[in-house]
Amino acid sequence: MNFDLTAEQTALQDSVGRLLRDQLDQVRLLEIFDSEDGHDARLWQALGELGALGLMIDEPHGGTGLQMLDAAVVAEVLGYHGAPGPYLGHVAASLAICWGASDAQKERWLPRMATGECLGTVALAESDDAWQPNEWQLAGSTALNGTKRNVLYPAQADVMVAGVAGGELMLVESPAETVEVTPLPCLDATRRIAHVAFHDTPAVPLGGSAGRLRDALLVLLAADAFGGARRCLDMAVDYALTREQFGQVIGAFQGLKHQLANVAADIEPARALYWYAAHAFDAVPDDAQRMAALAKAHVTERFLHAARECTQAHGGIAYTWEFPLHVWLKRAVFNRMYMGSTSLHRARVAALSGWAQAG
Amino acid sequence: MDLTYGADYEAFRDEVREFLAAHWSREDARDSERISAFRQQATEAGYLYRNIPRRFGGSEQPTDVLRAQVIHEEFSSARAPVEIYGNGVRMLVPTLLECGAPWQQEQFIPPTVRGEVDWAQGYSEPGSGSDLASLRTRGELVGDEWVINGQKIWTSRAQECRYMFALVRTEPDAPKHQGISYLLLDLHQPGVTIRPLKQITGQSTFNEVFFDDVRTPADWIVGRRGEGWQVSRATLKHERTGIGNAETYLEQFAKLLKVAKSATRNGRPAIEDPIVQDRLAEIEGYLQAHRYSTFRQLSMSLAGRDPGPVTTMNKLVVTNLGHMIAALAQELIGDASLQLPVYKPGHRVGDERWMNQFFGSLGIAIAGGTSNIQRNIIGERGLGLPRDQTGSAS
Repeated sequence: MNFDLTAEQTALQDSVGRLLRDQLDQVRLLEIFDSEDGHDARLWQALGELGALGLMIDEPHGGTGLQMLDAAVVAEVLGYHGAPGPYLGHVAASLAICWGASDAQKERWLPRMATGECLGTVALAESDDAWQPNEWQLAGSTALNGTKRNVLYPAQADVMVAGVAGGELMLVESPAETVEVTPLPCLDATRRIAHVAFHDTPAVPLGGSAGRLRDALLVLLAADAFGGARRCLDMAVDYALTREQFGQVIGAFQGLKHQLANVAADIEPARALYWYAAHAFDAVPDDAQRMAALAKAHVTERFLHAARECTQAHGGIAYTWEFPLHVWLKRAVFNRMYMGSTSLHRARVAALSGWAQAG
Repeated sequence: MDLTYGADYEAFRDEVREFLAAHWSREDARDSERISAFRQQATEAGYLYRNIPRRFGGSEQPTDVLRAQVIHEEFSSARAPVEIYGNGVRMLVPTLLECGAPWQQEQFIPPTVRGEVDWAQGYSEPGSGSDLASLRTRGELVGDEWVINGQKIWTSRAQECRYMFALVRTEPDAPKHQGISYLLLDLHQPGVTIRPLKQITGQSTFNEVFFDDVRTPADWIVGRRGEGWQVSRATLKHERTGIGNAETYLEQFAKLLKVAKSATRNGRPAIEDPIVQDRLAEIEGYLQAHRYSTFRQLSMSLAGRDPGPVTTMNKLVVTNLGHMIAALAQELIGDASLQLPVYKPGHRVGDERWMNQFFGSLGIAIAGGTSNIQRNIIGERGLGLPRDQTGSAS
């Protein structure tokens, strides 16, 4: 029995955390939040140098050959710091290429994706919240025609993985020239999204499972959500220990103490849920889909709840743009909606559990 | 990540299974002599009373949380008797082992372990609930006896218990935590009046106990005069409740799924209803989070590391979980819950069990430290917020 992170995983979290503390204080975070492209090239490069971008890429292709749990514990730290940028789509695209691309394609993309020099993204969603592989209608076997919605950082992407009808994945190797990008206003400005249109866009089929790609994203969102929830609570506790009213720090008042205690008890167990969902992805195939859906639904709900409670706990200051708690509040909404809503994934949990089957 | 127990523990599991196959069958469950004999055999084999020395009737095994877990799992699945459930074994025996005089250990532990006597817990009073240390039941040393006057409340199964361990104010001039002694007393004597309380479920498992010049020998004190508060806390560090346990709630959730399959909505099984499914999945999120959180806590404890603030949260987490499960079950039972008895003696099956659970989940939110006291503990010990001036989380 050893359900705990390894020393290496803890060290990985520490090193990513140190980097983000150094390069992403709250002033810088808001600068990027308010910037044109929501992407900090220097931070991205530093994450690449640390090895955080190629964790699941195999060693021959420049990565570290680790597993989902490793990528997820990094996602937790990114969520904790509200790190802006294309991590989610990049990791997902690199996974799809690892699983299904030809040797030449892997050679072309993976080493430069591991360092962050090349950026990858995934184009999955279609109209009406159609995030799931069985809902995709984008057509094409050698050239794509149609649109995808809410794609992460498509304008900066060097390579794109698109989901097509039949639940298959396709590789688009020159999106800059062949994909039309329509930028969108972004609620969570730490993750920029845009709609994309394909007009006879050259694409090649990838092997690999779109469902598994979906599960990977669900686990990463859950991990990010846990980190974000923890940060909201930490900020509220810090504030409760410094803000004084009625002649004492407000954390001494039971009303606030109990509110924060409820948030703590609500979110703390979620750490182990995302760990297990990641572990199941790596090592328990029968449980992987169901736990990814359960973790995504549960932990992203906990994040939004924590962000709301902690915003309220701060009072007026947290309702201002310059106090950055709203960055996590908006990130929580993103995590809850990206890849499909809570109710959708709970319905999937019910179906995957076979609850309604006889017996 | 390794969620298995490993080869050594699986070999141990086989050994436990063989023992159970050889010594226990479910028909034995009706035979009280057979049950006592089985407990004796299981103790000799090292499976029960593991923390109690052999000379006091225990099996004196080294502490091993995973072995204890394997034993628990195998005994549960064979429905074999486990340790006698009561405050004697659960609370008094560890207290005596930690703080008792040798003669107290010899005289009281063996019959308690054999199930010949049980003990009532005399802690709460009408005016002293969350603020237990304010208790006012008085003990005065007169000659070679303590003379006790006052009242205890919420005393579980007091009628069935021969003895009580009680917190009694013996040093009225000392500060409140330092004026309390931990006394043992015989409940079978004049001056003790036990009055059952009828609970919201209709059951009467706990009582008021009145003391009117009740007497106990001067040396029936555990620890020294005025040390009762520390003595009562001494055993807390042994309790595994700090790590939390998800099994009870996994079983309850499995039963909730059965209710959802047997109940109907619009002529179809309720479990096909998307709203019911959504609520089940919401509960399962909390349940699985807690389950794997307990695995994490167990793993860290096994590695000699402190799991951190989460241990202060487990009680509130399971209280909320128990309430969510019971509330959905009650809804699924539908308007039948308006007529069902909340408690029917002898009946622990059927839908009334859920009504009992529904109200019982409120008991869990109160007993052993109310949820609001838990929130103080989480806030102060877990999150490092300033201590309440009343010291309620101490």
